[in-house]
Amino acid sequence: MKKYTFTEKKDTRSGFGAGMQVLGQTNPNVVALCADLIGSLKLDAFIKENPERFFQTGIAEANMVGIAAGLTIGGKIPFATTFANFGTGRVYDQIRQSVAYSNKNVKIACSHAGLTLGEDGATHQILEDIGLMKMLPGMTVINPCDFNQTKAATIAVAEYEGPVYLRFGRPVVPVFTPADQKFEIGKAWMVNEGTDVSIFATGHLVWEAIQAGEILAEKGINAEIINIHTIKPLDVEAVLASVKKTGCAVSAEEHQVNGGLGDSIAQVLVQHHYVPLEYVGVNDSFGESGTPAQLMEKYGLNAASIVEKALKAIERKNA
Amino acid sequence: MEISELQKVASQVRRDIVRQVHACQSGHPGGSLGCTDLLVGLYFDQMTLKSDESGKRVFDMNGTGEDLFFLSNGHISPVFYSVLARSGYFPVAELATFRKLNSRLQGHPTTHEHLEGIRIASGSLGQGLSVSIGAAQAKKLNNDNSLVFCLMGDGEQNEGQVWEAAMYAPHHKVDNLVAFIDLNGQQIDGPTEKVMNNRDLGAKYEAFGWKVITMQGNDMADVVSVLNQARELSGNGQPIMVLMYTEMGAGVDFMMGSHKWHGVAPNDEQLAAALAQLPETLGDY
Repeated sequence: MKKYTFTEKKDTRSGFGAGMQVLGQTNPNVVALCADLIGSLKLDAFIKENPERFFQTGIAEANMVGIAAGLTIGGKIPFATTFANFGTGRVYDQIRQSVAYSNKNVKIACSHAGLTLGEDGATHQILEDIGLMKMLPGMTVINPCDFNQTKAATIAVAEYEGPVYLRFGRPVVPVFTPADQKFEIGKAWMVNEGTDVSIFATGHLVWEAIQAGEILAEKGINAEIINIHTIKPLDVEAVLASVKKTGCAVSAEEHQVNGGLGDSIAQVLVQHHYVPLEYVGVNDSFGESGTPAQLMEKYGLNAASIVEKALKAIERKNA
Repeated sequence: MEISELQKVASQVRRDIVRQVHACQSGHPGGSLGCTDLLVGLYFDQMTLKSDESGKRVFDMNGTGEDLFFLSNGHISPVFYSVLARSGYFPVAELATFRKLNSRLQGHPTTHEHLEGIRIASGSLGQGLSVSIGAAQAKKLNNDNSLVFCLMGDGEQNEGQVWEAAMYAPHHKVDNLVAFIDLNGQQIDGPTEKVMNNRDLGAKYEAFGWKVITMQGNDMADVVSVLNQARELSGNGQPIMVLMYTEMGAGVDFMMGSHKWHGVAPNDEQLAAALAQLPETLGDY
């Protein structure tokens, strides 16, 4: 098992803010909108340095998405930002018609996705956003795993022409990917090469997958860990190459199992190369209030769950 | 353009509307006929639009340096398609494909089929004012002093997003935006005052901070004059709202004054009766 260490913990939303600051300095067409959550989205530096390129919409997300679509007509690259719950589910039709169907170069960039939003509870903990966004034709869906990857992804999506959903979160988590990484949309990142089971993880679950890989290694199991930061378009080649080697798989995401990353992988497996797949995700349930760590444990979104599912996938393979 | 010339264009556009809707036996003739004079006044008189050296209309999505129009109530696509074709964006003959399989003229306007002149999909109501605000703010960032126009329906004022946009535009001093509400008093289920009473829209928009003016939307001379007035009022720190009084079905007597013709196509006899009231001025497609 390849060794991953970290010297600090940071929130992925701060990675977004850092990426936006870079874009403010390097790409004059980048503009930002926010629905009364500047601090939460870490936009302070971008706004301070580019006040004329920031649009405060107030608590009016539908209007924000429409304005973002309009700003692209004139060559701007708008980042429409808020919490993931309000930036996707609340404004699904606005994104569908004015952004996706109209093929506008809008970046829907959302923080506080998933259970790790914590104490605010289920009203704010969206676990359906990946599914909602990936169903839209032409929409790219990205869920980076740490500060550095989120920063790199933010810069990369500005260079890409087309609608993107960029999903990140609230809590501080280990920073373990390189600061100088080049982010390639749609290209999976090989975290650890292995032979016994493929673990496909996205977002906050990537670090948990690494922890799971170390536990499995102690049991003599050599897990292949792949970071699927781009859920759509999925790196089908990487998925198939891995499962052809390992013969079984686990998906891990901070999202409903219905319609998330695991289902995207399952589609590939049943069509091209069937192997047993076990899901780590929320099973048809809303979240609740609690600390992020408590919630991830209660809902089975941690290293221990990934280990358990990996063992089950291997057992099914060998049955 | 002279008022009489604009009226001739409007007559032809109205023919195009009823013929499009008749040919596919679907679509929305009532609101299209009511808004014909506005769209003709905009595209044939008021708006500065790009052409190449030979005078041929050219379309680019960004629309830098030219006025832009957004149709928020996308169901009145027949009038939009006719006016775009008649002003040179695409061949008039293409109107024959309206709402048919493999057409660029979808039931509701879309950029998806790359139809020249269309910059946003609309149909799901309440979104166009927001989009227009964004386009207007992009113009300001680009130091482009042309205008953005946006047409909405009065039934559409039921949508909450409209009021989010109504609050935003004056707050951000989007004063290069001229919006219109087609006040025909009708929506699908009946008169607006019975379905969902908008009450005093002018007072509402004024309270939100808009400069509100009125237009007799089926009087071409008033349309031209109020459009000029709106341009003069732009650039003064306030967005401009034009309350446009129209008659649903204007120009075809038996389609006027009722919500019945909101989304119903004429049969062969009704088509003939409608065309008899609308002189062919530019040649049918």
